[in-house]
Amino acid sequence: MSRMIGVDVGGTFTDVFVLDEASGSADVSKVPTTRPDQSAGFLGGIARQVDDLSTVGVVVHGTTAGTNALLERKGAKIGVITTRGLRDVLEMRRRDRPRTWGLRGEFDPVVPRDLRLEVSERTLADGTIRTPVDLDEVRAAAKTLLSEGCMAVAILFANAYANAENEAKAVAAVREIWPNPHVSASAEILPEIREFERFSTTALNGYLQPEVSGYLDRLDAALKGDGFGGEFLIVQSNGGVMGSDTACRLPVRTALSGPAAGVIAAGYIAQTAGFDNVITGDMGGTSFDVALIADGKSMLSPQTAIDFGLVVRAPMIEITTIGAGGGSIAWVDRGGLLNIGPESAGSTPGPVAYGLGNTRPTVTDANVVLGRIDPESPIGGKLERLDVDAAARAIDAHVGEKLGLSTEAAAEAILRVANSRMAGAIRLVSIERGFDPKRFAFMPFGGGGALHTGAMLKDVGIARAIIPRYPGVTSAMGCVIADMRQDFVQTINALTATLDIAGLGRGIQAHVDAGMALLDAAQSRFEARDIEVELDMAYVGQTHTVAVPLDVKVAEGRVEAPTRSDIEAAFDAAYTATFGRLLKDGARRVMNLRTAVIGKRPKFDLATLAPKGGSVEASIIGRRKVHFGDAWHETAIYDRLSLPVGAVIEGPAILVQPDTTVLIDPGLAGRVDTFGNTIIEPGAP
Amino acid sequence: MSGSIDPITLAVLAGRMEQIADEMDATLFRAAFNPIIAEAHDASHGLYHATTGDTLVQGKSGLPIFVGVMSFAVKAVIDKAAAAGDLAEGDTYIFNDAHLGGTHLSDMRLVRPYFWDGALFCYLASVGHWHDVGGAVPGNYNPSATDAFQEAFVLPPVKLIRSGEMQQDIIDILLRNTRLPQSAMGDLNGQLGALDLGQRRLDALLEEYGADTVKAALDALGNRAEALMRGELADLPDGRWEAVDHLDNDGITDAALPIKVALEISGDRMVLDFEGTAPVTAGPVNIALPTAVATAYVAIKHIFPDLPANAGVMRPVEVRVPEGSLLAAAFPAPVGGYTETILRMIDVIFAAAAQAAPDRVVANAYGTINALSIAGKRADGRPWVMFSFYGGGHGGSLESDGLNHGNAPISTATIPPMEILEAAYPVMFREWALRPDSAGAGAHRGGLGAVYEIELLEEKAEAFLFGERGRFSPQGVAGGGEGAMNVFAYEHEEGWDTPPLASKMRGIKLEKGQAVRLETPGGGGYGPAAERAREAVARDVAMGYLTPENATALYGPAWTETTR
Repeated sequence: MSRMIGVDVGGTFTDVFVLDEASGSADVSKVPTTRPDQSAGFLGGIARQVDDLSTVGVVVHGTTAGTNALLERKGAKIGVITTRGLRDVLEMRRRDRPRTWGLRGEFDPVVPRDLRLEVSERTLADGTIRTPVDLDEVRAAAKTLLSEGCMAVAILFANAYANAENEAKAVAAVREIWPNPHVSASAEILPEIREFERFSTTALNGYLQPEVSGYLDRLDAALKGDGFGGEFLIVQSNGGVMGSDTACRLPVRTALSGPAAGVIAAGYIAQTAGFDNVITGDMGGTSFDVALIADGKSMLSPQTAIDFGLVVRAPMIEITTIGAGGGSIAWVDRGGLLNIGPESAGSTPGPVAYGLGNTRPTVTDANVVLGRIDPESPIGGKLERLDVDAAARAIDAHVGEKLGLSTEAAAEAILRVANSRMAGAIRLVSIERGFDPKRFAFMPFGGGGALHTGAMLKDVGIARAIIPRYPGVTSAMGCVIADMRQDFVQTINALTATLDIAGLGRGIQAHVDAGMALLDAAQSRFEARDIEVELDMAYVGQTHTVAVPLDVKVAEGRVEAPTRSDIEAAFDAAYTATFGRLLKDGARRVMNLRTAVIGKRPKFDLATLAPKGGSVEASIIGRRKVHFGDAWHETAIYDRLSLPVGAVIEGPAILVQPDTTVLIDPGLAGRVDTFGNTIIEPGAP
Repeated sequence: MSGSIDPITLAVLAGRMEQIADEMDATLFRAAFNPIIAEAHDASHGLYHATTGDTLVQGKSGLPIFVGVMSFAVKAVIDKAAAAGDLAEGDTYIFNDAHLGGTHLSDMRLVRPYFWDGALFCYLASVGHWHDVGGAVPGNYNPSATDAFQEAFVLPPVKLIRSGEMQQDIIDILLRNTRLPQSAMGDLNGQLGALDLGQRRLDALLEEYGADTVKAALDALGNRAEALMRGELADLPDGRWEAVDHLDNDGITDAALPIKVALEISGDRMVLDFEGTAPVTAGPVNIALPTAVATAYVAIKHIFPDLPANAGVMRPVEVRVPEGSLLAAAFPAPVGGYTETILRMIDVIFAAAAQAAPDRVVANAYGTINALSIAGKRADGRPWVMFSFYGGGHGGSLESDGLNHGNAPISTATIPPMEILEAAYPVMFREWALRPDSAGAGAHRGGLGAVYEIELLEEKAEAFLFGERGRFSPQGVAGGGEGAMNVFAYEHEEGWDTPPLASKMRGIKLEKGQAVRLETPGGGGYGPAAERAREAVARDVAMGYLTPENATALYGPAWTETTR
């Protein structure tokens, strides 16, 4: 039972990371993702590495099943039972539009209007019940939805965050007659003020439940059938894991599961290597995803829109995405300006060099033409070789001739503009939020990011980059590393001066009890258990709240409620840190209580992954001409994985491994650290 | 094409400068106190030309109407400083005078000259909609104002900061003239923070690239914007197309007010001539000339959404506004309801452009912001004011039906959640729903408007509404039908009633348990109703978007023969 398996299912590849703690070995494999049922790839990928699943203690899964079901609108047929007068909240959103300019586009909610049924009931904002719920109407509505073929139902009542009595009665009545467990209630999923965000999150949960729980049940059964007797865990968007039974109940929490695991791994790798502050950059075919980790903690955002109008409110690792990936198309507009994206050739047909039908140049084509990517052994193993001439012709026709540049100059121009957009995304998550990028290391992962490292150092002023040993399977590794975590929220909406302190204490206690019960039910042993408590607070009259961390003591499972002056002092500190000054005589308000209960899972020793032996000379596998700036440089090519610990490679150089190409620009040097990471910094002058 | 700067540096600098303006937007949205800025993003920031005030770069997340109007605010400061001859490094001007800076008096404008190496390089500016700036009506939407003084206090451009020194006197005057001094101070601090940030970012950029290179890039970006616009115009046929629509009334006299445009394209140039538009009115549906020009720009950018936010776009466009018309009102004519007038300008520009290029233009959106405020006193005597704008349907387009319940074309504002309003004010929404039968018919129908019915939970309150489209419907294009009109009603002892001026009314008295009801317009349809697929009509009926009677009246009986 000493083995742990992390499986990350992405759009193109399924990555499997197997750690054997007893022998201190790690193995990775990459297999194509199977569609529409991802379980075949999942199980196939594991089978490549492990014969006997009874030797495995835990399987952790980062999944895009939920994300894809939302993006492709492949969730279940579901119905809604809601307060009279409010059936259209899901469809009306917050009165926004898809794009600022153009006024085009429409919106189809995941529950069509004829399956959104109203019942007599009403609770007011102060929790008073104005109209008791009519349970006969509720039962009739549920039966109608069943007869229409609904697989799941969401119950969405106004002001249920303030008093869930009406909603809870309706939910109990529906659960009595609903033939499956797929009944989602708004106050159970998110007892927080703001009806559209709560209803949307709850409805999307119901929409995903049949699909995601079916998928996880299939995997669970297949794993057990192959002798697996350990624990099956799922990565949530907040970067923590949960049991698969919790995931079946709360599938909406997996909406950004895959990317979150990558950020968790990046944080751990960087911290182990001595860098508490790191900015990650995941470059895919169509986008560049950036996240920031400060003092070892990832930033969380309270909500996200998976697509226009599909809002999920649940804590998520904050990931900023711009449309500049390897497949992003370079073009010159009528005004003579060179642009990158937003149109992308993706991975199919992909860059011109793939020879699969695209004729417009992409960022990858520029890298190919400049010799930075080896045309003879493309990553992924799908293609035999890359067509350099076709890429050059496309760059000439669409960029070079329009701007009066040679092929090489046009390719360099494409990279400079793409790099400057990527650098802009890094500035956005760092400088704009008050972080100085000079204090951060940059960690590229995914297939293409490590080609652009030098440019990020130069454009943003970051001191160094750290390239993990296996950048292509970072997310799968993150699955093995992530802690167990549950987030809870409850709207309070009271002035600090008149806040019911004992009631707040009971609220925290309820969250802690529920969280601890989930940890107790898990098979994992935890090194430690942490409680994080935050209040969303603002001055009366102010719209945006500030997250105010509270230091709450828990002894023997009993919560010691914070005092009013603790809360006031914590608010003043958090507010000053955000806005620089306090408001004289301003009344403070507590909007929401947020609690996270975290079970720290034991971490594996990253030195397990370090290279053993090897020499620099033996790692040289060839030389070729690579273009930097305005000249071709004779450049050595190294087999990255066979470089020994302590090796220092001066740029220009290229390090290759099966799923990644690492570029070391002239003037920079790459050093292999004790964990097998490559640290890229300015070289000796 | 791009002058003396190399194309790569130009592309890099274009992105860097856009980011500066975006970051200024984000700074104010985070720090602002009032929800009109913080949530509705009724604000804007940018970089403006040192001598003309032309927009060089503007943030992407601010209110669309400001993209065109800010250059006038900066020009007003340039003129004032030139007359006084006292422009200095470290100055920051503040004003809300809408006749100089466009839009309305609620918009507080801050303009700061930016110096580099001792010489004026450009201007930075910030505008934001303050919650209250005095005047007769809290929130400043006074439907019966007959001059600017009844709308708000009027501040001409004055120095808030003089050579780096804050003028506390000015702040004292400002705070004494608003009902919400704390909110005003919070917003002012936020705007100053945005300007400071823009200044720091610009310092870093000029340090890195040098003033000559950045200046060359700014010039090149203006030329590029012009070239893009000329390219778009050259693609359209030459000709002259006219359109006319109407405002219901001016809030004082119940007489329709025509807004008329003739759109003329010849080669790569365009003229928008508003000859035939109604003269200046007594009530507050006038706009100042800068607002009219800015509105033309908003309409153009909706038709060509990829154009940059740069004054170069307007070089091949001439906007002709007849003197004395309500589109060029002189001080102190009231302009508080400018939103309604500019929405109608956009509607007529769309209607005219649709004749030239039907595939480029969408049908009219709902065309009114419905500024509704309900105010009263709580049992303990504390006053309360609930003030919000309400949504409606968007127009159909070549690609699809219109969006149900969208925001106005001049805005990107979201609506506050019902639960936030119910938690903050003594009201309950009996209904918050889509409005069946409100969409304009068409091959692609318009989006649906909305129904909001709001009941008072305390003893007494008064309601105020500033709306439009109560007498004239949103128009379809390319043969599409019109959306439903705005309907407002209020409850009293004997039942329901509607205002004599349709969608404008002051001082509606409400008692506990009584309600107001707003039914907002849907969008116009795109293309002839006869071309709508019968399955789509049947689906609209099944979803309750369309009643069966109305479906047959608009589209004929064929839909009844389909099966779902």
